[in-house]
Amino acid sequence: MRKLLGVSLIVLLSACASQTTQPETDELAGGAGIGSGGSDLMGSGSGRPGYFSQLQDPNSILSQRSVYYDYDSYTVKSEYRELVLSHARFLRDNADASVILQGNTDDRGSREYNLALGQRRADSVKNMMTLAGARDEQIESVSLGEEKPRALGQGESAWGQNRRTDIIYRGE
Amino acid sequence: MLIHWLKQIHYLLILTWWLSTPLYAQLNIEIFGGGASRIPIAIVPFAEENKLQQGITSIIGADLQRTGLFRMVDPSGLSPHVPADVEYADWVNRGANALVIGRVIALSSDQIEIQFRLMDVAKRTQLTGLSITVPATQLRTAAHRIADVIYEALTGDVGVFSTRIAYVLKRGNKYALQVADADGYNAQSIIEYTEPIISPAWSPDGTQLAYVSFENKKPVVYVQTLATRERRAVASFKGSNSAPTWSPDGRKLAVVLTGQGGSQIFLINADGSGLQRLSRSSGIDTEPNFSPDGRSIIFTSDRGGSPQIYRMAVTSSENNTAERLTFEGSYNVSPDFSQDGKSFTFIHRNNNQFNVAVQEVGSRQVQILTNSKFDESPSFAPNGKMILYATEIDGRGILSAVSRDGQTRQHLTTQTGDIREPAWGPLPKWK
Repeated sequence: MRKLLGVSLIVLLSACASQTTQPETDELAGGAGIGSGGSDLMGSGSGRPGYFSQLQDPNSILSQRSVYYDYDSYTVKSEYRELVLSHARFLRDNADASVILQGNTDDRGSREYNLALGQRRADSVKNMMTLAGARDEQIESVSLGEEKPRALGQGESAWGQNRRTDIIYRGE
Repeated sequence: MLIHWLKQIHYLLILTWWLSTPLYAQLNIEIFGGGASRIPIAIVPFAEENKLQQGITSIIGADLQRTGLFRMVDPSGLSPHVPADVEYADWVNRGANALVIGRVIALSSDQIEIQFRLMDVAKRTQLTGLSITVPATQLRTAAHRIADVIYEALTGDVGVFSTRIAYVLKRGNKYALQVADADGYNAQSIIEYTEPIISPAWSPDGTQLAYVSFENKKPVVYVQTLATRERRAVASFKGSNSAPTWSPDGRKLAVVLTGQGGSQIFLINADGSGLQRLSRSSGIDTEPNFSPDGRSIIFTSDRGGSPQIYRMAVTSSENNTAERLTFEGSYNVSPDFSQDGKSFTFIHRNNNQFNVAVQEVGSRQVQILTNSKFDESPSFAPNGKMILYATEIDGRGILSAVSRDGQTRQHLTTQTGDIREPAWGPLPKWK
C-alpha cells in the first residue's frame, strides 16, 4: 500500500511538473564531460552491465524508448507516463545506469528555435524522471531540434513521428 | 595609387589562398523583379578577354545586375577599349549613362594584367579606372574587385562583391559547411560530417567561423579557423549548446545553453573561458545577435507566450530587462542587425508562410520582403543593401537574396543537394 501511494504521489507530482519549466538547480558541468558522451553511446559492448538484458526485453516496457507529443506541446501525454516512470524507476534502482534524452521537433520554422522547443520536450521527461527518483547526474537532456527527423516528408503523419523525445542509455 | 591597389589585391589573394579543394555545387543566379530607377550601364567585353579561360566582363555584369540597381545596355557592334575610341553619341543613343571599357594583357603565362575604365557618358569623362595584375587562377577575384569599384563610383555605397558567404550543404547523409564567393562560385568545404551542422557565424574579421555540430549526439558549439582548418569546441557543456554569434570586437561569443534550465543566452570568451549568464527568463531565449556597437543584443524569446524579438543590454546584472521589439503576428524569429544598427531582418510567419521581413528599430515600421513559403536564416550584406536567406523550391533548400527594398530577388541554386543556414561574411579588411 505504501508503495502504491508513493507511485501515485509521483504521478501527481510529475503531472504538475510537466506543465512547468525545469527548476534551475543544475550546475553547468565542465566542458570536458560532454565530448565523451558520444563515445559512451557507441560503446563496444564488452563488460556491459547485466541490466541491459532487462532494458532490451521486448516484453518489458523498458524496451520502449520514445515519447511522442502533440503539435506545439511539450507535455508528456498520459499514455507515455508509465513508460517514462518505468525508466525513472529503473534509473533509481540502477545507480550506475545513465541516459541521454534527445528532444526532437518537426521541421517548420527556425532551426534554432526548434532546437529550444526540442530541449523543452527532453527537459519535461527529465523533470518527470528526477521527481520519480532518478538522480540528476544520471540524466542529460539535449535537443536535436528538427535536424534528425525519424520520418521524412511533409504532413501530419511525418510531423507526428518527429515530435518526440528518445531515451538512450549510455553504453548500450 | 596603383601600388596601393595592388597591395589590396595581394591581401585579398592571401585571404583566399586556402581555397584549395576542388569546387563543386556552383550556384546559378535568376533575377525576378526589378527596381524602377536602375542605372543604365554598358559593359564592353575587354580587348583580348576572349583569350582568357575565364570571362571577366560577364562576372562584372552579373555582380551589378544582382543588386537590382543596374540595367544592362547591349554593347554589341561597338567595341571601344580605350577612351580615344569611345564615340559618346553612340552610347547616348543607346541610353547608357555609364560605360565600362578595358583590356587584358598577358604579362606571362600565369600573370594577367587587367586595365579598366569607367566612363561617364553624359560628361564624356573618366569617372575611375584601375589596373590589376593577378595570377590566371584569380580572374574571378579581380572581376569582383572591379565590380566593387564600379558600384562604389556609381552608388556611393561600399560594394560587397568581394565578400564571402557561408552555408550548410546537405547531400544524402553528408553535411558540408561551405564557404563561397558572394556570387556563389568558388565553393569550398570547410568541414564535412555525417551529422548535422547548423548556425554558422562569421567572426568580425572573417578569419573564423563558429557553428553548431551534432557529431557527439548533441549540439556543441565549435570555432574553426578558415586558413588552418584548426577547430576547437568553445561551448560543450551539459545539455545543448547552440546559436553562436560574435561580439563586434571578436573577443566574445553569445551562445545558448540549457544546463542551468531552459534555453538561455550566455557570453563566453572566444577561447571557451569566462562563462557569464546574460538572459534570465523562464521561457526560451535564443538566436542572439549583437548590435554593431556591441552594447545590446536582439534575440528570440517566447516569454510573452509566442516567439518574438526582444532587445536587452549586454550586462550580467540580474535586473537586466528586455524590451519587446516585434508586435505583428505570433511568430517572429531569427533576427540579424544591419551594419548601421538602424534596422534588423527576421523571419515573420503569416498564414503558415515564413517570410523575410525588415523592421526599423526607431519607427518599428515592418516591411515583408518575400512571398515564398519557407524562408529561414536571413543575413544582412555588410553594406545593408541586400539580405541573403534560405528558402525552398520543390522541397529542396536553396539560397536566395533580396534587395533591402524588396524590389529585386534572385535565387542562387545548386545542381544537387539541399542548401541552408546562410551567413553573409564581413567586408574584407582592406575595405
